[in-house]
Amino acid sequence: MNPVRISQSWQIVAPLAVGAVLLALWEIVVRVNGIPPYILPGPLAIANSLWIDGPSLLGSLLVTLRVTLAALAAAAILGGAIAVLFSLSRILELSLFPYAVILQVTPIVAIAPLIIIWVQEPFLALLVCAWIVAFFPIVANTTVGLNSADRNLLALFRLYGASQVQILRYLKLPTALPYFLAGLRISGGLALIGAVVAEFVAGTGGTETGLAFRILEAGYRLAIPRLFAALFLLSLTGIVIYLALDALSRILLHHWHESALEEEEE
Amino acid sequence: MRGIGKRFRSGVEALERIDLDITEGEFLSLVGPSGCGKTTLLRIIAGLAEPSEGERHLTLAADGRRRRSTTRVGYVFQDPTLMPWCTVTDNVLLPFRIAGRPGSAERERVAAELRAVGLAGFERAYPRQLSGGMRMRASIARALVTDPDLLLLDEPFAALDEITRMALNDDLMRLWESRRTTVVFVTHSVFESVYLSTRIAVMTARPGRIAADFRVELPQPRERAMRTLPGYATICATVSEELARAIAQAPH
Repeated sequence: MNPVRISQSWQIVAPLAVGAVLLALWEIVVRVNGIPPYILPGPLAIANSLWIDGPSLLGSLLVTLRVTLAALAAAAILGGAIAVLFSLSRILELSLFPYAVILQVTPIVAIAPLIIIWVQEPFLALLVCAWIVAFFPIVANTTVGLNSADRNLLALFRLYGASQVQILRYLKLPTALPYFLAGLRISGGLALIGAVVAEFVAGTGGTETGLAFRILEAGYRLAIPRLFAALFLLSLTGIVIYLALDALSRILLHHWHESALEEEEE
Repeated sequence: MRGIGKRFRSGVEALERIDLDITEGEFLSLVGPSGCGKTTLLRIIAGLAEPSEGERHLTLAADGRRRRSTTRVGYVFQDPTLMPWCTVTDNVLLPFRIAGRPGSAERERVAAELRAVGLAGFERAYPRQLSGGMRMRASIARALVTDPDLLLLDEPFAALDEITRMALNDDLMRLWESRRTTVVFVTHSVFESVYLSTRIAVMTARPGRIAADFRVELPQPRERAMRTLPGYATICATVSEELARAIAQAPH
């Protein structure tokens, strides 16, 4: 068989097979040992809970998703803008970049309570928390991208008398696009994590309840199958966000960038 | 008549006391060992680098009018240096795009230039879809599209295989014969320089100096058959000899 074909079909079949085997093992272990569902529910119990609590969990998921997507959008726009500012002024980059790093390395769990105290509006408070987690990869990656324009192309632009704005628009921004998209893919997952962490800290904080709080609540009530069901939805959301951003990246880059190229046809 | 001459007296480590007049319409090759500052010299000619000593200036035009300091220069790098996110057309359109909003006249000009370098039919291709030789053709089209007064080529064919290189040599010759743009061509291939040039300047190893400067008295237009002429072989031998002497002179 053609080695390429093997790898392509196995890319889908192999993980699915492993997943099915693990789920079956899990169910068997739970049943054979008679483990009670409040300690470890089997996959079937979780699926059942997902079916029963699904609609209400989906409502909560939407709340969390709104925070996540808003934070990701803010991170993309502000992160991109900050990176452009950095690329225009070396002094600005030198003086502000360390603070971006400080913001990044400080655990969000530690600052989330402060932000929730300072920012009265709950949605905004969650948004700020998720944004702090999500913006750094975009800033860091895009800054590198903006600074990696081909030196000869830069010389050529100068030769033809290009302005700073033209160099930015026609050379630096396209060069930085793959870097920005790579940052965006990392930030997608981080925004979700940031939103969940902030919800954990914030509690309900309002009329709407996010998925993270449902997990906490289910834990308190020992409704462990529901906890797992919520967890499953959360992971699924993370995967969907990643796949969506990956697809976006491929669509934008498929003409030219190495990362998005198909197998080279000879 | 537009007289374009530039004089250099540069004292950078890379270059030492270089005097060079470039006359309009000539095809000047700079030949020298690697690292002798050929590229640096070319960058100074283009105005991309400033000499640390000495000056370059434009001589008076033949009609007594001093050319604007913004002499149109076309530059071809060692690598094709194309923007991978743009089609071939958009890459060649770049000089017009920088100069302002390109109209249909400019687009027609780009299409004509692509035909001239033999890239008709590849207007909408992306650089990655082209072979190395075709990318270099696109790069040459971009340098020529503004109809420059001075075309600078920095070892443009060094990375290409011999067959592609010969084809591009012939095409470059044909383009030059039809336009008579002033060309400065950097190479380390003796045969290439003799085949293409009307004049050859041999440079020494770092710090680079002009060791020899002579005219190539060979019939125009140049054809492949010329490579078998005894005159061609004699000039190649002379240039090689000068080059060997230039390398030997260099302090190590």
